[in-house]
Amino acid sequence: MQKNKNTIFDEDNENKMYILSVIVENKPGVLFRITNLFRSRNFNIESITVGITEKPDLSRMTITTVSDVKTLEQLVKQLQKLIDVIQINVLNKENAVYRELALIKMNAKDPTTRIEIANFATIYRGNIMDISNETITVEIIGTPDKIDAFKNLVSSYGIIQVARTGVSALPRGAVNDDL
Amino acid sequence: MSEMSGAAALMAALEKEKVEYIFGLPGGANLPIYDALVDSKIRHILVRHEQSAAHMADGYARIKRKAGVCFATSGPGATNLVTGIATAYADSSPIIAVTGQVALPMIGKDAFQETDIIGVTNPCTKYAFQPRVASEIPEMVKKSFYIAESGRPGPVLLDIPKDVQQQVTKMDFPEYIKVRGYNPIVDADLSEINKACEMILKAEKPMIMAGGGVILSGAFSELQTLAELLSIPVVTTFKGKGAFPENHPLALGPIGMHGHAEANKMVQEADCILAIGARFSDRTVGRFDEFGKDINVIHFDVDPAEIGKNKSVNAAVIGDVKSSLRSLIKLIPKNFRTNEEMSKLWLGRKRELVNYYEDSIKDYSREITAKKALKKLREILPADGIVTTEVGQCQMWASLHFDVISPGTFFSSTGLGTMGFGFPASIGAKAARIDVPVVDIAGDGSFSMTENSLAVSVLEELPVIVFLLNNQMLGMVAQWQRTFYNRRYSGVHQKNCPDYCKLAESYGAQAHRVSSMDELDKALKVAVKSDIATVIDIPIDPDEDVYPFVAPGTGLKDMIIGA
Ligand SMILES: Cc1ncc(C[n+]2csc(CCOP(=O)(O)OP(=O)(O)O)c2C)c(N)n1
Ligand SMILES: [Mg+2]
Repeated sequence: MQKNKNTIFDEDNENKMYILSVIVENKPGVLFRITNLFRSRNFNIESITVGITEKPDLSRMTITTVSDVKTLEQLVKQLQKLIDVIQINVLNKENAVYRELALIKMNAKDPTTRIEIANFATIYRGNIMDISNETITVEIIGTPDKIDAFKNLVSSYGIIQVARTGVSALPRGAVNDDL
Repeated sequence: MSEMSGAAALMAALEKEKVEYIFGLPGGANLPIYDALVDSKIRHILVRHEQSAAHMADGYARIKRKAGVCFATSGPGATNLVTGIATAYADSSPIIAVTGQVALPMIGKDAFQETDIIGVTNPCTKYAFQPRVASEIPEMVKKSFYIAESGRPGPVLLDIPKDVQQQVTKMDFPEYIKVRGYNPIVDADLSEINKACEMILKAEKPMIMAGGGVILSGAFSELQTLAELLSIPVVTTFKGKGAFPENHPLALGPIGMHGHAEANKMVQEADCILAIGARFSDRTVGRFDEFGKDINVIHFDVDPAEIGKNKSVNAAVIGDVKSSLRSLIKLIPKNFRTNEEMSKLWLGRKRELVNYYEDSIKDYSREITAKKALKKLREILPADGIVTTEVGQCQMWASLHFDVISPGTFFSSTGLGTMGFGFPASIGAKAARIDVPVVDIAGDGSFSMTENSLAVSVLEELPVIVFLLNNQMLGMVAQWQRTFYNRRYSGVHQKNCPDYCKLAESYGAQAHRVSSMDELDKALKVAVKSDIATVIDIPIDPDEDVYPFVAPGTGLKDMIIGA
């Protein structure tokens, strides 16, 4: 288990949300190999994001999954077997900062609705990204829970489109990747 | 640094890896490679179907314990390799498949004979490379061998676009390579070895279960030393068959779906199981939840992902099993248990069960039966002769009735169960060990799938013996239809077609059809000395079943010993 640093496997067998922060080679085919692994081994993935790291030849993938500890352990081990995977950190709500961005477009045909939604957006520290005669589009940044809560709040207006980025995360404090 | 083409660099890099044979078949997209082959010292074996090329490379690898190499062109050539690659993957066998690919500017244009072979083979390769410039080839070849052979071995694909094969450039052949993100060598955790040792020493009836990992790491003498030091019996998985000499007093043979009855029985009586290089497959353990329940199970394996995958264990030692076993052996006190104590605990029980099952498992009273034929083969084949099998009843009879004496001389497609594997694989094995006889224990259905490799065996002077247990049936399927579908036969009759003797002769091979044990004896004695491929057609009863049998989804305790 050399590639795996913050192991948090405990005896608990309940389903929980885990965030895997995976450093991979930044080259063609890597995302394919990883997603194919999820499919062929029947792992359930909530979201996956990919972006370049501080080093241009490495990417960081952030994968969120809701699973029990045993499945998580297999997932991590199977990922570690992939040759393009350099390092995996298993993060959770307590030991990581994690954020997602969502763009939510809603029906807003009359001015009062637009004002109400704008007020909600302010409470959620969101930004109005676009307004038309018919619609309003809000950007919300936060934990997936916060985005869900906002969505619930405005659902009565009629949500037209949603785009979510999936979670990005980093461990808290003085943890680096020692690459 | 010298200038050369990508194709020439490929051949030079393969020579640096001391490749002796390439099994393959050319086409449009690998013509430059085949042109470079003309100037190479490496011997090319031309196959009649690419599937067989992959199986030959696999058979070579299993005996040589070094990667085997196969070549195919793009598109259909490459897809024909897939069954062979998947077979090697399922059995952790190192092969390097080098495919031609359409030229870079044509990739993604649905060009003639373009197949995304990296995509197709992704789930059954350990890794895949596609060079974009010719200068990447030497390093990629070296990495391919390193990845294929180290850790848990497996197939690697090298897909080379035609224009990259042709590109002439300066080449640098690295002596050392590093694959970041790949750490196959893990030093076993000593505290886990200590824990394992304590569990074994305090157990009353510990037992070893040896898997294919023992064969892959060549840990034969370590396994035997450990078993003898502890005087404990050894069962194997089917893939591990022959990891331990099967004529040894402590050997119980393979367990599992068609395991030895006494082995299946005694493994349930153990109070501690030491699994070495085994992956607790469904075929071996029956039911994951029943096997090794409430006892200490210890797992030695090179692949961390195998720990806890199918079976939760009480101690896990990750690392090359050969070195882990050496560390364990050092901890075992001499004269840990006397032979008498052991006889009381185990050997008497073994004798009792062997006798019991010999009486209760029905023997066919024909002149030739699969069992009698296989015992005869054992009698005549020298101990270091190599045996492989096809798939079906023939394979299970081989597991039950053919004892492997010299460790590491038996292999089979155990993970994927690929019909048609055995014959080409035996040719690959012969290439690896030209000095010993090599036998493929075959069924008629399986042999039909790759019989055209007879041309290869004859023309390339790689003579092997096809020991054809001919029931004119897809016998294993017929057995399941007898057992689970009320004898409603569907799609299993081969109808005595072709005539395998005429077929063999048409390829220039030798053929014997035997109708008595005496004739079989004679035919085998000729065949083991022959320098030409031989098919021995052995007619057997189409209704003969393989017993014992652990039906799928049931546990070892539910073993059936007869109809
Ligand atoms: C490529 C392939 N196709 C189908 C099967 C399913 N299958 C398993 S055993 C078997 C029958 C094999 O017949 P034969 O080689 O004659 O051996 P027998 O069982 O008669 O000894 C079949 C069709 C398989 N294992 N591999
Ligand atoms: Mg048959």
